[in-house]
Amino acid sequence: MSTLGTEQNPLLVAIVGSGPSGFYAAETLIKSDIVVKVDILERLPSPFGLVRSGVAPDHQKLKQAIKLYEKIAESPEFNLIANVTVGADISVQALSESHHAIIFTCGAESDRKLGVPGEDIIGSYTATEFVGWYNGHPDYRDREFDLSHDVAVIIGQGNVAADVSRILSKTIDELKHTDIAEHALDALTESKIKEIHVIGRRGPAQAKFTPKELREFGEISDCNPIVLPDDMLLNPESEKELEEKSNIASKKIYDLFCEFSKRSIDSKKSKKCYFSFLMSPKELVGNPSLEKVVFEKNSLSGAPFKQSARGTGEIVELESGILFRSIGYQGVPIQDVPFHETRGIIPNEKGRVIDNENNVVPQFYTAGWIKRGPSGIIGTNRACSVETVTCLLEDLTKLDDGSRKSGAEVIFAILESKNIHHVSYDDWQKIDAKEIERGEPKGKPREKYTYIDEMLSAIE
Amino acid sequence: MTTIVTENCKNCRFTDCVTVCPVACFHYDDEMLYIDPDVCIDCSACIPECPVQAIYEGDDIPEDQEKWIEINAEKAPDLPVCEEQMEPLPGAEERKSELGF
Repeated sequence: MSTLGTEQNPLLVAIVGSGPSGFYAAETLIKSDIVVKVDILERLPSPFGLVRSGVAPDHQKLKQAIKLYEKIAESPEFNLIANVTVGADISVQALSESHHAIIFTCGAESDRKLGVPGEDIIGSYTATEFVGWYNGHPDYRDREFDLSHDVAVIIGQGNVAADVSRILSKTIDELKHTDIAEHALDALTESKIKEIHVIGRRGPAQAKFTPKELREFGEISDCNPIVLPDDMLLNPESEKELEEKSNIASKKIYDLFCEFSKRSIDSKKSKKCYFSFLMSPKELVGNPSLEKVVFEKNSLSGAPFKQSARGTGEIVELESGILFRSIGYQGVPIQDVPFHETRGIIPNEKGRVIDNENNVVPQFYTAGWIKRGPSGIIGTNRACSVETVTCLLEDLTKLDDGSRKSGAEVIFAILESKNIHHVSYDDWQKIDAKEIERGEPKGKPREKYTYIDEMLSAIE
Repeated sequence: MTTIVTENCKNCRFTDCVTVCPVACFHYDDEMLYIDPDVCIDCSACIPECPVQAIYEGDDIPEDQEKWIEINAEKAPDLPVCEEQMEPLPGAEERKSELGF
């Protein structure tokens, strides 16, 4: 048989997950000098992963990354097979028979746990649920969040915590012309939340926001950003961290907190967003629903850049009826694919999947958050996917087992036998056009369909 | 808001930034890189990648570097796109240490 990666014998790659890392992997394969065919499988009828359902609705410019994905999707080598769940509708085994290689780019769909009593009490939610809900993700469409309380607590100081806090801090006028889901906008219109507490376990020099995300809090029309001046005092190790030239982002964040701490409160603004530090939740208390959060104060110990938070024994309580846990996403295992339970990732070496004995699993590759854990922003995944695809292409001769692979045809046959209707890229474009049309009269870039049935009806 | 490449890139052109650009908005000439403001989505992924901190976003642009806003916008669209990391320019390492990095 002719060499793998030629017109006669194209390299057939299945990619599981159509978020940024899936698209960057597809792009790298398509732009390589070998002949490929790429089939991207997606659980939902809609592609683009967290760019569609994670990036906050008031960050429309970031969502323009989709323009590049649309270009990739128009390549003749590209094929979207959406509304198909790998593991349920089609097995990993079947994919490894139909394709030369599989790249798992399914992201981190679950959350890390706080591990404190009361974690799952009514009124305690994950940031993932809330983000999915306001972004119209079908999994979270019917979640309900009781926004009738005065005080909300957000645990965590990364960009997801910033998104959740910002959505709660903004006015409806600041949100209504975004692509926020209609049900979320309606619920937020009724929100009574006046005080938002964003709480980190370490200090202001270790907060994980990007400067850009934090700066936005200084510009929200009806909300005062508040930092207590005393909280800006640093230990010598943190001062050293901020003096390091490469740590410029943390310095900018610290300077922004300083600026917030010097502001006088504008009494014309009805909301307050507090940033507090060196506190870890110990217990979520209430009956039947959340009434207060018990925190222990922390101090930092360790060398610069290796400081960890240790409890001091001092207890602080905060009355609150609603809390969002935003301390990091975590991947979920896929049947028949190795999984590292504690890290919540698919174990790998530069994107080559390895098993528990550190042996490379032939044909299996991974990229994005499920490869390296939930860190970095959209573009970080591009470098990550390029690394994985480079390894895959190095393995080209090993991927050629001499058997004839039938690619997407086999997948379609299996789906047909199960009476499962997949959504193609053409189908998605119909959904996309209708969403944009629905948004127009409201001055929104789109009004998303939030139920899978609605999306499928839009194709007909 | 706009994100730009400034003075420090000149004669370095390390190109670490382009590996994380989600939209391939970097362009290059013989001296340095430029960002096409019409393509850039201001995600700021590139900023921490630059070994000589040449990239700034909107509110952070130092006053003496503001001229680069126009230079990036003017030059980028007509130059070739830089999508993959290239070898730094000869003398880049020396310039990096001269700049104090």
